[in-house]
Amino acid sequence: MKQFTVLDLLSLNLKEHEALGLRCIAGRSGLGRPIEMPDVNRPGLTLSGFYDNFAFKRIQVFGRGESAYLDMMVKENRIENLAQFFKYDIPCAIFTNSLHPPEIFKELAEKAHCPVLQTDLPSTDFTARLIRALSEVFAPKQTVHGVLIEVFGIGVLITGESGVGKSEAALELIERGHRLVADDAVEIKNVAGNILMGAGANKIIGHHMEIRGIGIINITHLFGVGAIRDRKQIQLVVELEPWDSTKNYDRIGEKDTTTEILGVQVPYLKLPVKPGRNIPILIETAAMNERLKKMGYFSAKEFNRNVLKWLESENARAVYFQNTDNY
Amino acid sequence: MTEKEVTIKNRAGIHARPAALIVQTANKFASKIHMIKDNEEINAKSIMGIITLGAGYNTNLKIRAEGPDEQEAVNALAELFERRFEEE
Repeated sequence: MKQFTVLDLLSLNLKEHEALGLRCIAGRSGLGRPIEMPDVNRPGLTLSGFYDNFAFKRIQVFGRGESAYLDMMVKENRIENLAQFFKYDIPCAIFTNSLHPPEIFKELAEKAHCPVLQTDLPSTDFTARLIRALSEVFAPKQTVHGVLIEVFGIGVLITGESGVGKSEAALELIERGHRLVADDAVEIKNVAGNILMGAGANKIIGHHMEIRGIGIINITHLFGVGAIRDRKQIQLVVELEPWDSTKNYDRIGEKDTTTEILGVQVPYLKLPVKPGRNIPILIETAAMNERLKKMGYFSAKEFNRNVLKWLESENARAVYFQNTDNY
Repeated sequence: MTEKEVTIKNRAGIHARPAALIVQTANKFASKIHMIKDNEEINAKSIMGIITLGAGYNTNLKIRAEGPDEQEAVNALAELFERRFEEE
């Protein structure tokens, strides 16, 4: 994997409630330092001189407390502890609450090539956001060949061999008002252990599609911003395959079928393609059915339960009528 | 499974035209063909996939094929890189 550096952290494009609002205030020469752990450390103990088990590989966050302690250290001229602090290869130091480190801290950071960053956010808020952002950066990743599209609020990943008609099916779904997340190369991340987040592998050239015979088209320009989404959780995988008459396809759908992506089980359907089968409508139906299941209504099981109930009542009635006949 | 390392030798890298050439070539073979850059692996039969690799000048790529005609497929694709996609 490519190393994730402090510069990468600064250039993470996070918006609104996810934004980190970081800027570099000293130690620019160290912006290439790698961040190897999705975790933070509050270096209170360390500053006071206790260096046992110092988690120096983590990002060091200085809040109001640490900052006040720094000021006191400088006032009392106890900077040898600070010099010790910068002997470790820490990835970067971050000051929250728009706090400014003392000048001596900046000087030592410059000398040690350790970037010092600053944010306006309060420590708790910042730490939560930072850990969320980092856990996404360090999340297991996989690039899948397929189309990711949001259908009735369900993230549907359409897979299948090239030329089976994934893009064409997706195009019609977009035309019907659904939203494209990514075509052809879908980058999947396992966030928080059980959520699969899908997005385009490349943001700059995202939301384009290649349709055989037409070429590359820009979905945003053709269908408007309402037709696209940046990312979406994958909740259903639909695999398209050419119809094979020797194969038995699921006719009832009573059993839950799943497929595994990055260790997470996702509902999975195999849709055979042949002329006369309108794939977009089938995918829409599958997505709605998936929503029903999430709401607790499983069509196929419910149907079978009704059949059983009906058969039973018929049996009971038959017995009843038989008995009356005997009178 | 057959693998081969290739280097992009044309200045412009893999933009739309070379990507189309790769896809056209890959589609002539029945094998499953993938191209790998760092830890990203994409299907060589998909134009958008190849372009999203963002493979510029002097990038190293790996071509991997699996199937009945894997050797021919890898050779044909490697030759495209060798000929700089007939650019320059």
